[in-house]
Amino acid sequence: MTGHKLMFKGLKLWSSGRATWINRVHEGVIVRGSGKAFFASCNPKICVVGSGPAGFYTAQHLIKARQDAEVDIYERLPVPFGLVRFGVAPDHPEVKNVINTFTQTAKQSRCSFYGNVNVGKDVSIEELQQAYHAVVLSYGAEGNRTMGVPGEQLAGVYSAQNFVGWYNGLPSCQELNPDLSCETAVILGQGNVALDIARILLSPVDILKKTDITQPTLEALERSQIRNVLIIGRRGPLQIACTIKELREMVNLPDTRPEMVAADFNGVAEALKDVPRPRKRLTELMLKTALDTPGEKEQERRNKASRSWGFRFFRSPVEVLGDPDSMRVVGIRLAVNRLEGEGEGARAVLTGEVEDVKCGLVISSIGYKSVPIDPSVPFDSRKAIVPNNMGRVQHVSGLYCSGWLKTGPTGVIATTMNNSFDTARSLVEDIDSGTLDVSISKPGSQSISALLEKRGVKPVSFSDWEKIDNAEMKKGEASGKPREKLLSVEEMLRVVQT
Amino acid sequence: MAASAAVRSSMGLTLRLSRVIPVCSTCPLYRLNICGNSAASLQRRGSFDSIRTINRHLQTSIGLYQIEEGSSNAEDPDDYVVNIVYIDRSGQRIPVKAKVGDNVLYLAHKHGIDLEGACEASLACSTCQVYVSDAHFDKLPEPVEREDDMLDMAPMLQENSRLGCQIILTPELDGMELTLPKVTRNFYVDGHVPKPH
Repeated sequence: MTGHKLMFKGLKLWSSGRATWINRVHEGVIVRGSGKAFFASCNPKICVVGSGPAGFYTAQHLIKARQDAEVDIYERLPVPFGLVRFGVAPDHPEVKNVINTFTQTAKQSRCSFYGNVNVGKDVSIEELQQAYHAVVLSYGAEGNRTMGVPGEQLAGVYSAQNFVGWYNGLPSCQELNPDLSCETAVILGQGNVALDIARILLSPVDILKKTDITQPTLEALERSQIRNVLIIGRRGPLQIACTIKELREMVNLPDTRPEMVAADFNGVAEALKDVPRPRKRLTELMLKTALDTPGEKEQERRNKASRSWGFRFFRSPVEVLGDPDSMRVVGIRLAVNRLEGEGEGARAVLTGEVEDVKCGLVISSIGYKSVPIDPSVPFDSRKAIVPNNMGRVQHVSGLYCSGWLKTGPTGVIATTMNNSFDTARSLVEDIDSGTLDVSISKPGSQSISALLEKRGVKPVSFSDWEKIDNAEMKKGEASGKPREKLLSVEEMLRVVQT
Repeated sequence: MAASAAVRSSMGLTLRLSRVIPVCSTCPLYRLNICGNSAASLQRRGSFDSIRTINRHLQTSIGLYQIEEGSSNAEDPDDYVVNIVYIDRSGQRIPVKAKVGDNVLYLAHKHGIDLEGACEASLACSTCQVYVSDAHFDKLPEPVEREDDMLDMAPMLQENSRLGCQIILTPELDGMELTLPKVTRNFYVDGHVPKPH
């Protein structure tokens, strides 16, 4: 009897040993005759948090640079692509072509997409670090800078981020329901996001009808009474943050006329001599629009226009004025500034004067802001970025960051692309040099999927996203739009389950 | 003349790549009787009865048209070949034998050079920015306003920057060198200017 047991035990040990050996061969460990193990490096398993341009460009570069790398992209929403889907204006569809590049990456065999997974809540960074050789944080900037003035909480005051999220179908912004029944809207900030919002508020609805702007937005815009949009900046024309493409679109916007304050441009033309080309061309277009007497045709067009827009310079918000009964915004108090210094580094200094502007809608477009995801990740709250050196998170090995989380929330697709490639390069360097140890095999998505299942989280795969994609495109066909976006996570998950 | 030759060679390329039996009747080259492809002459002669015959002729012409790495196409006259050099982000020189009419962005993709084209040549981004060799920069046609607008947003813009998706090869661009901007490793220089977005 005892003999039997012993035999069984022996058998079990032998068979489990063999299984272990087979497993280890799969993982790249070759056991030589003498029993000494020779460790080949394992397939590096890398996790990317965030599926916007930063996440995808980082994944793309990693997969290309190392033929053995496996990259898993995690995304909080069921749908990928981040700001390309939720930030780029609906009337800029060509900018969204980059989705084709990202789709190619997602469909590579060594890349997997896990949507509907909230990193920080459904799974922690620490758990990801245990499962993967490296974790890249690319979750962008979902917060916004606040004006920090009284009245900011009044009805009718919105952050640009929420406003853009609303018209672009971001599920968390669908309850915004902005009241567009006033005549004047004021936008604080003069970057491209501010101009996008001005353009969406003033574009003829017939043009917007053919884009992927959401249906509720179209209905609101059709009822809109907004006839005048002021785009306000603290400093002067030479410090404006927008770029020429967006300015040109405002200048050429049908049924609108520009209204600027000529005095704001004193001294600007003279200062253009030594200015770099992009700033020069932009300022020249502004000067032309603000100061030149228009030709006959253009003058006629302006006379017939039913809507107007304009920049106002040297103004900072100090208070949002509200109606005490309705608690709605009725105006904004602006401090008048003067400039100290020149060029990009010029500073706005208060003069003591103030000015009140009557308006019914205030949108603050003064910058996005990243938020910390997990207490285990260092975060610089002053700069609102994850402190890093060329994408390597300071003091935490195996943790990297790319995109706006790395450098702050400015930059176009090309900037983010470079930024992400740079982080990927650092990561690959670390694998090649041994700084990042890939000799121990890691379970990767296997263990994370098990964790998520235990927690009742159902990840959405890339082919699940394609179901949502097809459903949206089909829905859009009926109204001549490229797609009709699904506006809630529930709707998206319902489509996935069919 | 150069244009029709360019079209002819690009048709050849299409046939090579797609390996289909061409329907010649709608093609302008066929109609003008300047198509050199034997499948066309077969169709003209009415020998279209056997698909197998067409295939055999196509196979032969595909063999004839076969391009070996780095060698010039036996069928194309030298006037239509444009030799250019890409210098990739790590400084490696990649000489490419291209043809009149080739688009610099798609040519780069064909040769595995990592020139991104996020907006797919619709003048809505600046990811395909290249620096053009001084000797050839002035030989390029002036950029349209929209290209200049996009270039203005490009990181590391230089005097000789152009968007690759807007450069179409002509014979006088032979010898042109296109440098891909190096990804700068330093994002935090003092006086860093926030970029627009």
